[in-house]
Amino acid sequence: MPEITFVRSRSILRDRLVQLLVYAAVLVVSGVFIWILADLVRGGVAHLSWNFFVDSPRDAGRAGGIGPILVSTALILLVALVVALPLAWATAVLLAEFVPATSKFGTIVRYSLQVLAGVPSIVFGLFGNAFFSIYLGLGFSILSGGLTLACMLLPILVSTAEAGLRAVPENYRMSAAALGMSRTATLLHLLLPAAAPALAAGLLLGIGRAVAETAALLFTSGYVERMPGSLLDSGRALALHIFDLSMNVPGGDAPAYASALVLVVLLLAINIVAMKLAYGLQRKRIMPA
Amino acid sequence: MNTHDIEEIQRSVEKQHTFTLGPLQTGPACCDPQPIVQVKNFSLHYDNKTALDKVTLDIYRGCITALIGPSGCGKTSFLSAINRLTDLIPNCKVVGHIQVDGVDIYQSACDVQVLRQQIGMVFQKPTPFPLSIRRNIELPLREHGVTKRAEVEAVSEQVLRDVGLWHEVHDRLDSAALSLSGGQQQRLCIARALALKPKILLMDEPCSALDPIASGVVEDLIVGLQGRYTIVIVTHNLAQARRIANYAAFFWVKERAGHLIEFGHCRDIFETPVHQLTAAYVSGARG
Ligand SMILES: Nc1ncnc2c1ncn2[C@@H]1O[C@H](COP(=O)(O)OP(=O)(O)O)[C@@H](O)[C@H]1O
Ligand SMILES: [Mg+2]
Repeated sequence: MPEITFVRSRSILRDRLVQLLVYAAVLVVSGVFIWILADLVRGGVAHLSWNFFVDSPRDAGRAGGIGPILVSTALILLVALVVALPLAWATAVLLAEFVPATSKFGTIVRYSLQVLAGVPSIVFGLFGNAFFSIYLGLGFSILSGGLTLACMLLPILVSTAEAGLRAVPENYRMSAAALGMSRTATLLHLLLPAAAPALAAGLLLGIGRAVAETAALLFTSGYVERMPGSLLDSGRALALHIFDLSMNVPGGDAPAYASALVLVVLLLAINIVAMKLAYGLQRKRIMPA
Repeated sequence: MNTHDIEEIQRSVEKQHTFTLGPLQTGPACCDPQPIVQVKNFSLHYDNKTALDKVTLDIYRGCITALIGPSGCGKTSFLSAINRLTDLIPNCKVVGHIQVDGVDIYQSACDVQVLRQQIGMVFQKPTPFPLSIRRNIELPLREHGVTKRAEVEAVSEQVLRDVGLWHEVHDRLDSAALSLSGGQQQRLCIARALALKPKILLMDEPCSALDPIASGVVEDLIVGLQGRYTIVIVTHNLAQARRIANYAAFFWVKERAGHLIEFGHCRDIFETPVHQLTAAYVSGARG
């Protein structure tokens, strides 16, 4: 009778089963994505052409293209990011580096942001309409829409950046301080670069949400489909255009599909670029392979 | 500081406590028992836990002082109090005085950045930044106003030679510091501290995360630094303390608080300890 036996045990079977389940889950998730993408391509690709990207919509969007809509979307996004990023990252630095983790102030700020993150976007839209459009007199404009989106993006940008900063090993701070480096220098040269992948990931999530946003823009940037002349003009965002075409325009299915395809491909591209960016930043800091 | 001041400090210190030795009688030639760090009635608390209770101790210029004692007796806390790294720990409170070159470092007038430039620190786990080898030395140097490229390079080369790393890395200064071996990383950290031309080096178990050979290399390096720098080293390796230190301080936890039990010439601590606990600890019976 050998002392050690190598009989297949039940635990191996269990491992196999778990493996199988994991693969199945992955398959389902990617299957859903591929299905959506395939559906969009099937319905929209015939409608795509160079002119679709540059022309103005005609006949309520049934004909023509989405040129001004792309421009409006980009401008709204730009306003939102220019306002939200500095605010959010400064808040994250404050929360992660300058106030103790358990302090009352930090807890209150964090809690408010959590609440803000849970607010439905239609409520942001109503708030933006009341505050930016009416109270501040910005009317239905790209500026109103961008500012509303900025409010909406704050929680996501702050929480990802704060988590990224907190994940930086404490010994970087300790050894930097022990070398007599100031907190600012430590932040700029060590902590922010180390947190860059997290910052990029947050930015990406933010852009994704902003580009796909409909409800918050409905009452703020409006749905005028003309090319915007300034930030104070109304401008129709891409997601809103898709919504309008599919809900209010009979016979608007083909351009709706095409626009949706553009939106999804855009999101994909942003994802890939941001991932590359984060990877590049990491490489630049020379991590071990 | 003139000799009169020194004598006065020594007299006052002798009056205050019994641990500090008088003038050096025997011992290594490098040791001129001039206190450079004077710790007086110093206590350190985390929330309501006392890590150090009324420690009084002098650290002598140019000497190696070893801190020994079991885990949790406050050795790391003691080291971080000397360069005020304790400022970074939110729940840490200090009471008492630490003077470096006669200046109370817990005064508000003390510039911590200058203090920490004067007092280098090496941690237990090697802590190079996730940057290139070159940038690891360059970054703190630039922070302290050394910005000319030629000067930065000269200093970098010199300190890397000092720690015996130059011939190992001179052809790959731009590769990742984290790709070095543990012993090399630790020597890089020492080089990085030396680049700032400190007077004092604090070392918290600098060899304990290294294999025996790397540990030996670092130990030899520390011996080589003796006399040029004042070194305070925490070590769990009693043989190492005995080999390299001029003075030794023995800490022990009494009533859940860290106390300094005995301080003296390294040889005396190991061969003719006054306190029973010290005798038991150095003979390996406890701790
Ligand atoms: N940040 C901290 N918060 C609370 N207690 C701490 C902290 N750091 C250390 N301590 C406690 O203080 C005591 C001394 O710790 P330390 O100085 O690290 O001892 P040593 O280096 O001798 O092992 C230990 O009991 C430890 O648990
Ligand atoms: Mg320790």
